Amino acid sequence: MDKPVVIVVGAGPAGTRAAQTLAQAGLRPIVLDENRQQGGQIYRRQPENFIRPASKLYGASARAATALHKAFADLLPRIDYRPETLAWGVVDQQVLVEHNQRVDAISYDALIIATGATDRIMPCPGWTLPGVFTLGGAQIALKAQACAVGAAPVFMGTGPLLYLVAWQYLKAGIKPRAVLDTSTLKTRLKGLRGLRHRPAILAQGVRYMAELMRAGVALHAGIQPVRIEERDDEGGLRVRGVTWRNSRGQLRHTVGDAVGMGYGLRSETQLADLLKCDFAFDPISRQWLPVTDVDGATSQHGVYTAGDGAGIRGADGAESAGALAALRCLADLGFSVSPQEVARLRKALEPMTAFREGLETGFPWPWRNAASLPDETVICRCENVTAGDIRRAAGSLDAPELNRAKAFVRVGMGRCQGRMCGLAGAEVLAAARKMPIEQAGRIRSAAPIKPLPAKIRGIMT
Amino acid sequence: MSQPVTNTTARADVIIVGGGIMGAATAFFARQRGLSVILLERDLVGQYASGTNFGNVRRQGRFLPQLPLANRSRALWGDLPRLIGENVEFLPSGHVRVAFKAEDSARLEQYAQDCKPYGLELELYNGCKAVERFPMLAPDVDCASFSPLDGHANPRLAAPAFGRAARRAGATVQERAEVSNITRTAEDFVVETADGLRFTAPLLQISSGAWGQKMAAAFGENLPLTPKAPQMGVTEPVPYRIHPVIGYASWVEEEGVYLRQVERGNIVFGGGLRSTVDLNTKRAQLNPLNLVRQMPHLERILPDFARLRIIRTWSGIEGYTDDDLPVMGPSARVPGLYYAFGFCGHGFQLGPGVGATMADLLATGKTEIPLEPFSIARFAAPVDP
Repeated sequence: MDKPVVIVVGAGPAGTRAAQTLAQAGLRPIVLDENRQQGGQIYRRQPENFIRPASKLYGASARAATALHKAFADLLPRIDYRPETLAWGVVDQQVLVEHNQRVDAISYDALIIATGATDRIMPCPGWTLPGVFTLGGAQIALKAQACAVGAAPVFMGTGPLLYLVAWQYLKAGIKPRAVLDTSTLKTRLKGLRGLRHRPAILAQGVRYMAELMRAGVALHAGIQPVRIEERDDEGGLRVRGVTWRNSRGQLRHTVGDAVGMGYGLRSETQLADLLKCDFAFDPISRQWLPVTDVDGATSQHGVYTAGDGAGIRGADGAESAGALAALRCLADLGFSVSPQEVARLRKALEPMTAFREGLETGFPWPWRNAASLPDETVICRCENVTAGDIRRAAGSLDAPELNRAKAFVRVGMGRCQGRMCGLAGAEVLAAARKMPIEQAGRIRSAAPIKPLPAKIRGIMT
Repeated sequence: MSQPVTNTTARADVIIVGGGIMGAATAFFARQRGLSVILLERDLVGQYASGTNFGNVRRQGRFLPQLPLANRSRALWGDLPRLIGENVEFLPSGHVRVAFKAEDSARLEQYAQDCKPYGLELELYNGCKAVERFPMLAPDVDCASFSPLDGHANPRLAAPAFGRAARRAGATVQERAEVSNITRTAEDFVVETADGLRFTAPLLQISSGAWGQKMAAAFGENLPLTPKAPQMGVTEPVPYRIHPVIGYASWVEEEGVYLRQVERGNIVFGGGLRSTVDLNTKRAQLNPLNLVRQMPHLERILPDFARLRIIRTWSGIEGYTDDDLPVMGPSARVPGLYYAFGFCGHGFQLGPGVGATMADLLATGKTEIPLEPFSIARFAAPVDP
């Protein structure tokens, strides 16, 4: 009998460790990677000939990043690695991929989804101006291209990435003008109960904050974004600064030429949705996530999720989850797996789960902001749909949930398919209809998961 | 505005089962004629085929005896702002059918002759004249048939707009009301819903699309109706340059693709092979490979299409009869029972006209629009001699 075909989607920490575990069992997994090089977002590599050291690129995670890159290099001869390959759909136990404008359909016996996460966005007036980036985008510019988003950036949002990115900019020689955090000292204290489960990571965060302060970067807690200000010069619209309210409600203004913005992360769940996996509402993160057991098995036979794509547990958690999902997959395929190893990985993940709850408590998604956004605030930037449009869908057009609002006013209908605006759009809709957020639902996924060139050719044509 | 019904029994002149564009438009026009109306929709008005179709407001190419109905509907499309208070993005920007093969061109030329007595005037452009008139087309188009007064509209908006207008006009529009049972007493139809509501009326219209077959069968009228899912998609937005709808006039199913650009800039496309449907889960089993199969044919008619990117695909659930014609008109067996379903993927343009024509029938028992070809009686089993 032929060896079973296992596809791993994603080559970040979860996908890499999953592939490694499968290869160790004698399989030759197919690893699909949208990126040009393995590493995912967190351990994204700089192009060849770029020479910034890992310690500056990845901060305290430099060792983990280097170890993961090396593990992958060792693994390469034993896997079928397909970089720059988009998994854009599924049909009949096949993953549809696109590489270089060619389509292929790959049959699989098992599928491990390790698709990671993106920044979670709470819009504010002005967030679509040129010069406003997500925190992840600001970080990628630095890591992958050694470019800064501006000479005087302001970082706004909440969560650990806010401080990591600000620190990375500082280390690259670009001093942030301010770090504006919507979380309060009070919520952070509450979050400590979970955060203390990973003292080393907590200490890292404190270190980033301390170094930023020592360098003279103002860190503000409990802020409320008011708007990102624009200036119009000969080069067109640009960021002029950020207007915000401090924790006492006083109006403040910080001058800057770019903004990095993000409020924690959101999982990339479209493949699991296309595969008709069961989803459940997660009240801690206020997101709909695939239902999995402790090992990452979904409701669909032979389909597993690992890493931030199934709930945010960070890079270290993703490595353990990737290995664990692969072991579960191997066991389901009839391989014998080490129960000790399974137990060890499960145990390693326990503090990650508590830590994640601490993060969501300490640096919560400021969902209440959605209700008070001015009507003219753009929510869906692809389709230029405003908060007022969504409120009209909620009101006179009587849309009871997000897909109906999408049908009426196009929220989530553009290039990103609601990946960026879906969560905030749901919050605006739920607030306008005064209903619990879970009733607003989630945007149904459809192929292609990401834009697909029309000039595609392949097996079928 | 009348509120949804919460008491256990409500009565009206007519109950319409199914809130697609046919049911919603009928509810609106029946109110215009003074009938009291209850519209029952299992989910949300216009959520299935009516909301997910291509959005063609096309007359050319239709079955000729259907043109009187299509002409009536076209007139209503132009009048929607006055009738229902919004234009649902109707753009009468014309419709072009293009042929590359001589035999297909011959069909276009024949049709342009045959449709004249029905009041449909088409313009034909042969050879290089086609690309002179429509520069976005491929240079080797053999023949382009242009219907200047046809166009397109937004299907996501049309049926819900009729539903809201019907409600404003006094109809009871009950969403999320799944019909579980229909019986007939001496005077009335009694319609019960899954959550225990009960409605009665002397007149009943079935407009439940692909699900209409089962309801007709309950009244002893059987017909072949196959549910199918069209392959729809849309590109990223680009500057608005393509005004008419463009369809590939080919009798090869896979080549039969079509596209339209909306003012926002995106190019909506569809056609080619259809996927299967699960009527119980109410979901199309869309095969994304049919999307890949569409690409060369879309590029064939519009070479610049190949420079774009596809951002989204979708489908809906349509009912197809064996002869590709709808079921429309009175029941052949049950007095007071009317049908308007099974429009075989070409019902959107007809929607307003079907609503007005069904309202004629419900209010007066007759209509000037010829409906014989669409009678359910055509499927009745032949009686043994």
